[in-house]
Amino acid sequence: MAWDWQFFCNSTITTEATASCFGKGGDITYLQWMLSAWGWTVSVAALALVIALLSGVAIGVLRTLASRWKLVAMMWVELFRNIPLLVQVFIWYHVVPAFIPALQALSSFLLASIALGLFTSARIAEQVRSGIQALPRGQSQAASALGLSLVQSYRYVILPQSLRIILPALTSEVMNVVKNSSVAFAVSVTELTLFAMQAQEETARGMEIYLAVTMLYVITALTLNRIMAWIESMTQLPGVIGVKA
Amino acid sequence: MTFDFTFFSGSLLQTYVLHGFLFSLQLTVLATCGGIVLGTVLALMRLSQRALFHWPATVYVNGMRSIPLVMVLLWFFLLMPFLLGRSIGAEVSAVITFIAFEAAFFCEIIRSGIQSIPKGQTSAAIALGLSQQQTLRWIVLPQALRNMTPILLTQVIILFQDTSLVYAIGAYDMLKGFEIAGKNSGRPVEAYLAAALIYFLICFSLSQLVRHLQQRTSFTK
Repeated sequence: MAWDWQFFCNSTITTEATASCFGKGGDITYLQWMLSAWGWTVSVAALALVIALLSGVAIGVLRTLASRWKLVAMMWVELFRNIPLLVQVFIWYHVVPAFIPALQALSSFLLASIALGLFTSARIAEQVRSGIQALPRGQSQAASALGLSLVQSYRYVILPQSLRIILPALTSEVMNVVKNSSVAFAVSVTELTLFAMQAQEETARGMEIYLAVTMLYVITALTLNRIMAWIESMTQLPGVIGVKA
Repeated sequence: MTFDFTFFSGSLLQTYVLHGFLFSLQLTVLATCGGIVLGTVLALMRLSQRALFHWPATVYVNGMRSIPLVMVLLWFFLLMPFLLGRSIGAEVSAVITFIAFEAAFFCEIIRSGIQSIPKGQTSAAIALGLSQQQTLRWIVLPQALRNMTPILLTQVIILFQDTSLVYAIGAYDMLKGFEIAGKNSGRPVEAYLAAALIYFLICFSLSQLVRHLQQRTSFTK
């Protein structure tokens, strides 16, 4: 079989070639469709990441406290960790809006992002917990000896150190979010994977489409990897574990 | 909104869900066995000094790990008919994909397990006159295997969860079984909840088992 990349400039409506590779008005080419799908992939991943980081850090902190919140946090982690992501996406899309009518107005993009965010939050919570527990006891003891309240000791002593410790683990979690965002295809979010499936069916140029989509996934993950490495080097503190000489 | 789980009769479960559940189970077992065998080969290749072994394995493992599983499933489903010259079903394609994909993850677990063995162990084995193969077989692998058992089992739980992604190529697994059962009886909400519950029960009990095992093996160290 021969390669044919020309179809990327074809209109998705008439399937005929366009002059500039960019359609006019409501008419878009496969290239435009793919770029917009890339945008959806990045959007789902970004929103999910924000949800995952916020709730993951909160749950991870709760798990290290000696209170009954610890139990709630433990149940949170077990619940979101032990159900497959695809099933969780279906639950958020088909089941939760049936309970809470207010959520019926939300788009599948938002529901899929919430599902992915909470799924990831369980994993981030576990990393935050292990990061906090990796600190020597003396740190929190010294903080309370200095008269810091519990909130202050977490804010100024414990979290700044433990978040730095878990940065490498967070990096791979961030890349996982990009990969896992592909599951949003199942609730018709027009992201890269859904584009790949639909465009493959319409044009029968599976190889070219899958190659392009795979490259976009790899580029996205690599870019995030570099950004995380940059954050890691920017936040390094002299004299603290894990600093390269 | 009221729930009605009564539609889940024994015969409904048997017609739609059981068949899918057995495939999910079969896929997990085949992918674990195949993945560990292929993963061990890849790990040994990655640890090899020879560039001829080292580089292909490294490229393969890093490549697989940077692509979403759904895309890998689609790729194999597209390419298999070209490579084999005839079309194969979604189920067979899923098994092959999972073995190839999971091998990359098992490879990394096994590699770090082997690297966790202190150098003194291999030095002592060589000093005792064991060959390189004997050292691997009798000294390194038995200890490495014990160290990595909990992580390997955790990966198997993740693998079992991932089997639900065969949805993308339309293979008939447990999730699909519940979905069709829900559609045919007009109760999709309950069907998805039941699927989530079953997955949760299986994965939660397995992870408790791993935790128990972890405490027992860490005691012997």
